[in-house]
Amino acid sequence: MSLLNVVGLKTSYGPVNVLAGVSFTVEPGETYALVGESGSGKTTVIRAIAGLAPAQDGSVTFEGQEIRGAPESVMRPLRKDMTMMFQDPVGSLSPRLTIRSLITEPYRIQGMKDRDLDAEAKRLLEMVNLPTHFADRYPYQLSGGQARRVGVARALALEPKLILADEPTAGLDVSVQGELLNLLNDLRERLGLAMVIITHNLSVVRHVADRMGIMYLGRLVEEGTTETIFNDPRHPYTRCLLSANPEPDPDARLERIALKGEPPSLLKRPSGCEFRERCPFAKDICTQTPEWEVNSGHGLRCLAPLS
Amino acid sequence: MTETLLEIDHLSVDYETGRGDLKALRDITFDVNKGEIVGIVGESGCGKSTLISSILRLTAPNTRFREGEIRFKGQDLLQASERHMRDLRGADMSIVFQDPMQTHNPVLTIGQQMLDIQHRSKQSKADKLAHAAKMLGAVGIPDPEARLKQYPHEFSGGMRQRIAIAMALMSEPDLLIADEPTTALDATLEVQIIERLQELQREFHCAILFISHHLGVIAELCDRVVVMYAGAVVESGDVREIFHDPKHPYTRRLIECDPGHIKERARVLPTIPGEVPDLANLPEGCIFRDRCDQAMSRCATEVPPLDQLKEGHHAACWLNHEEVTT
Ligand SMILES: Nc1ncnc2c1ncn2[C@@H]1O[C@H](COP(=O)(O)OP(=O)(O)OP(=O)(O)O)[C@@H](O)[C@H]1O
Ligand SMILES: Nc1ncnc2c1ncn2[C@@H]1O[C@H](COP(=O)(O)OP(=O)(O)O)[C@@H](O)[C@H]1O
Ligand code: SF4
Ligand code: SF4
Ligand SMILES: [Mg+2]
Ligand SMILES: [Mg+2]
Repeated sequence: MSLLNVVGLKTSYGPVNVLAGVSFTVEPGETYALVGESGSGKTTVIRAIAGLAPAQDGSVTFEGQEIRGAPESVMRPLRKDMTMMFQDPVGSLSPRLTIRSLITEPYRIQGMKDRDLDAEAKRLLEMVNLPTHFADRYPYQLSGGQARRVGVARALALEPKLILADEPTAGLDVSVQGELLNLLNDLRERLGLAMVIITHNLSVVRHVADRMGIMYLGRLVEEGTTETIFNDPRHPYTRCLLSANPEPDPDARLERIALKGEPPSLLKRPSGCEFRERCPFAKDICTQTPEWEVNSGHGLRCLAPLS
Repeated sequence: MTETLLEIDHLSVDYETGRGDLKALRDITFDVNKGEIVGIVGESGCGKSTLISSILRLTAPNTRFREGEIRFKGQDLLQASERHMRDLRGADMSIVFQDPMQTHNPVLTIGQQMLDIQHRSKQSKADKLAHAAKMLGAVGIPDPEARLKQYPHEFSGGMRQRIAIAMALMSEPDLLIADEPTTALDATLEVQIIERLQELQREFHCAILFISHHLGVIAELCDRVVVMYAGAVVESGDVREIFHDPKHPYTRRLIECDPGHIKERARVLPTIPGEVPDLANLPEGCIFRDRCDQAMSRCATEVPPLDQLKEGHHAACWLNHEEVTT
């Protein structure tokens, strides 16, 4: 059984269809990356999974239990097994709380009164390689990288099975970013943690994700193992995205495929293939609507896939 | 012939704090030539923003300029009057911030904001609006006349950042300062912004001082690179030399750490262990020593000078000295 199974997930805000049917699964211990342009619906997907955004249709099962639209009374105990990690985990928390209080807050929220909070704080700080005397510090006394580690410690406090991480390394220096990703990789191996990660840094995706899904206008347009997608992208949109990764080499020969224009308005979804107006490879046939097709684990929504 | 536009000359800046003086910038020296794109890289806290706010003279109240000069077109900005600085900021140099919302007023239309920037101009309102529309077009905003009537929230993040660039270029400045302008954007938008900046640089011939910790962006956009560490310049030079033949261990490690450099999937990504030293309590010797994997005994006691290794390539590391002397 998959750990997380999302089928046909739809979210709309009034007339705006933000998610138009998103489906994917995450196995225990697996890291799944969601990529796509700004506004494609990545954050909405994980917020809808966590019950923090509406989801009018479709299904989300976690360990076999249907949780779409579940009331807070059902979701709260589940947040023990499924936690969200935000881009700025400490900045969004109270600056007046010590690190000890911050990382042990999940126990209090879950009403776990029997825990020895000092001991837990020590254990968590050690797990993320921070000195235990940091328990007495305040958020403003931490560097950016240390603050992220505290965010990880907090997310791991309840030993979740799944972490939903939205841009966990955005804005970090390369070295600190590497540290955080190493930490997550390590914890994944030691604790069997599964993760859904959103990041716009494709180099990061290549190093952490087992599988990845590419989103466009609230739908997956391609999905496969990270290796397959990087080596053999079949969807024109994926090709464009992958070609837009600036290389740290001034002599890199960039064969950039330009994306035309802006993403269309969600209120005026194009007919036929929704990527048609911007697709550099569009054919006459593309006025028809492409279906989602899966071939040996490689999912694709395109009428004229690239080879 | 290259003409120097901006000269940072042995600049040292402190912040007065309760714990004593925090030496945020120490002996910074580099030039920006007319029409050149210079990148500044370094970890967070290395002093990039302090440097920019010093150039613009928009520093925090506890800032103390200890030493050195900042010359813009030959004039020392640290001695210039407040009034003169205000005139310069609107006209000769302008800035694009990391977060475009910092630039835009949410309750005014983009058109109104672009009119406000031109308050010094004697042109008619219609001419000013036409100029605004032309600039929006130049940064690739479709249908600019209609778009002028819209508010910031009606644009996507990437469009807002392009509008911020358009506004910064309205006065045709000689120097555009961009402080991590693409950090908040996704990769496609990031590429759009870089390409747009390159085009605009060709069209308007302004120099760009581009701050980023994304090495890919620096490699693609910049002519020259200044590498900063803990408030000092540790290396500067032509972009190719910096990336292909770095002469400072910090630069080399920074490049090695970029996951974009590692093509095979790596379970463990390289990092630079350790932390930036406390700037209020500087260690003796080389500032990078406790993180450097090539440190020698003299690094513990003597500060390496920023040497010119060849025309236009400077580095501050004793390793280069050994080479020179032996
Ligand atoms: N509460 C809301 N009300 C109305 N529209 C919303 C709301 N939240 C999100 N949207 C819209 O839904 C779409 C998807 O937003 P989402 O935040 O999921 O994008 P994203 O893929 O995470 O983008 P980014 O990369 O910029 O974070 C966007 O058009 C956004 O404006
Ligand atoms: N107003 C201030 N007072 C005291 N310290 C400051 C102030 N502003 C910045 N600093 C410190 O100066 C150093 C350089 O900061 P900054 O220029 O913001 O770096 P960067 O932009 O490279 O991240 C850091 O140690 C920072 O904490
Ligand atoms: S279906 Fe046609 S327009 Fe759509 S992505 Fe494929 S080739 Fe492009
Ligand atoms: S001077 Fe010494 S410690 Fe400093 S970077 Fe060079 S080798 Fe390393
Ligand atoms: Mg998002
Ligand atoms: Mg800064």
